[in-house]
Amino acid sequence: MTEPVLSLSGVTRSFGALKVSDAVDLDLRAGEIHALIGPNGAGKSTLIKLISGEIEPDAGRIRFAGRDLQGLDQAARARLGLARTFQVSSLIPDFSVRRNVMLAVQAREGSGFGFVRQVSGDSRLGDAAMTALGRVGLQDRAQVPAAELSHGERRLLEIAMALALRPRAFLMDEPMAGLGSEGSGALIGFLDSLRGEAPILLVEHDMDAVFALADRISVLVGGRVIAHGSPDDIRADADVRAAYLGEE
Amino acid sequence: MAEFLNERRMSLAIALALLAVPLMAEWLGNSFYTTLATRAAILALAGVGLNIALGSGGLISLGHAAFFGIGGYAVGIIASHHQAYEPLMTWPLTIAATNQMPVLWLVAILASGLAALMIGALSLRTSGVYFIMITLAFAQMIYYFAVSWPAYGGQDGLSIYVRDGFPGLNTLRPLDFFLLCYAVLMVVLALVRMISGARFGAMLEAVRQNPARVAALGLSPFRIRLVAFVLSGMVTGLAGALYADLNRFVSPSMLSWHMSGEIMVFVILGGAGRLFGPVAGACIYVLFEHVFGGVSDYWQFFLGALLLGVVLFARGGLIGLAAGRARHD
Ligand SMILES: Nc1ncnc2c1ncn2[C@@H]1O[C@H](COP(=O)(O)OP(=O)(O)OP(=O)(O)O)[C@@H](O)[C@H]1O
Ligand SMILES: [Mg+2]
Repeated sequence: MTEPVLSLSGVTRSFGALKVSDAVDLDLRAGEIHALIGPNGAGKSTLIKLISGEIEPDAGRIRFAGRDLQGLDQAARARLGLARTFQVSSLIPDFSVRRNVMLAVQAREGSGFGFVRQVSGDSRLGDAAMTALGRVGLQDRAQVPAAELSHGERRLLEIAMALALRPRAFLMDEPMAGLGSEGSGALIGFLDSLRGEAPILLVEHDMDAVFALADRISVLVGGRVIAHGSPDDIRADADVRAAYLGEE
Repeated sequence: MAEFLNERRMSLAIALALLAVPLMAEWLGNSFYTTLATRAAILALAGVGLNIALGSGGLISLGHAAFFGIGGYAVGIIASHHQAYEPLMTWPLTIAATNQMPVLWLVAILASGLAALMIGALSLRTSGVYFIMITLAFAQMIYYFAVSWPAYGGQDGLSIYVRDGFPGLNTLRPLDFFLLCYAVLMVVLALVRMISGARFGAMLEAVRQNPARVAALGLSPFRIRLVAFVLSGMVTGLAGALYADLNRFVSPSMLSWHMSGEIMVFVILGGAGRLFGPVAGACIYVLFEHVFGGVSDYWQFFLGALLLGVVLFARGGLIGLAAGRARHD
């Protein structure tokens, strides 16, 4: 069997006395959507932050694309091919939608340090950005400042920026949040097709989306993975029902 | 779009006005105003430097006098050797002193850039109030070093007996020296404009607005800020070099925190992040100093009142007041 794209073993992190990640083992294999679910405060976003390098684990190992991520900062991990979308949209508010994505294209090309060639006349950057925007259906909003987007549009712009990075894996923190049923329906269809491009670690509260998309599900409660398996396994798991799905 | 054109027109008007003053003055045979305009152009250049860090990068440096002073001392020290017919150093190799501005500028730019690299590498690990305090502390360290360094004048500073030269110009003539400084200012403004429109400018602007996002895209905010800080220090250092030759004198006051504050006033008064903001700010500063300085010793009170008004009512400085919000497509 080939090595998973991303694997965590024994990842532990505390904030003060609060253990937010407790010896988490998790992996993400090529071509799959692995959903990470759990109640509020379970430590899902913390795990995304640990993987992306925003915070460091107290113990444990994270491997990605065949290497140990320890000691690499956020930017270095992103360059290795980890694309993250934030639970709370994180955009460049004064930049237009197109400029936001152009920034991602620029980052993928690794050239933050061009001093001469003007960005506005760079059709390669612009075209690549428009392609990514077209895929999430935001092409008509390209010239609008990101600050003026609706909540749902911001979520889509986050995804367009992740797409423009052409990553080896996506880390998505609640991409459906606040999209409305029509919006999440469309996004479910899109993410479904995206797994062939790069696997997705999907943190999501929307159970319809999770059960429609996930190849595997891990359930996090109080920082611990209490269950892990196929959607059918998870649906049937008594502990999960008790701890999370709210059924007795 | 209309507002953008407006800012361009305003910039052009400022540039022309600054050029017109000394031309008129020379025509009227009064080169006092030429020197005043030269002072404005040089201070504007110092502000243009700070604006790269403060306006575009959001890095509130209260230590830019360090770069201004280092640029000035680079010129002063080399001049002191040159006028004593001494080489700059004899070991490990002999380097002769010079009085040619292009060489002096290069030395000033490199020295201030190196200082900015060291100060930036340490202080950019902090942010907010800590960053302000650390940049201030570094500048104060250099200030006290200059005060207590007797070899180069200590507290008394260094005189440059004859203004350094530039090929093809007679820098002793006020108009020639003004035109030289003005040309340097315009060239630097053109370069700054080019850089802010290029990929680096986009990154820097993005880092100012949302560093976490930039890091998540795979670019290091620290590195981007450090490069901006070094460029910023280099430009302010070049201004210091010109200032030394304008006054034919350098002293620790160029390194003092008053100077840092003044440079920051140019930027904030004119409009942080606006290309011509520091130019407008420095011109108004020099104008106030001249007009009210003659009337009252407390002329800075009037300046303070103006600054307060700008900060309270015009976030984009005077340029922002006249031309509206900055445009980002
Ligand atoms: N920087 C921090 N300092 C202290 N405590 C923190 C910090 N970040 C998160 N926590 C705590 O860690 C716990 C897990 O937070 P996290 O954001 O990972 O939860 P989550 O599973 O993403 O929740 P949600 O579903 O609400 O997004 C929470 O109790 C939170 O208050
Ligand atoms: Mg969360």
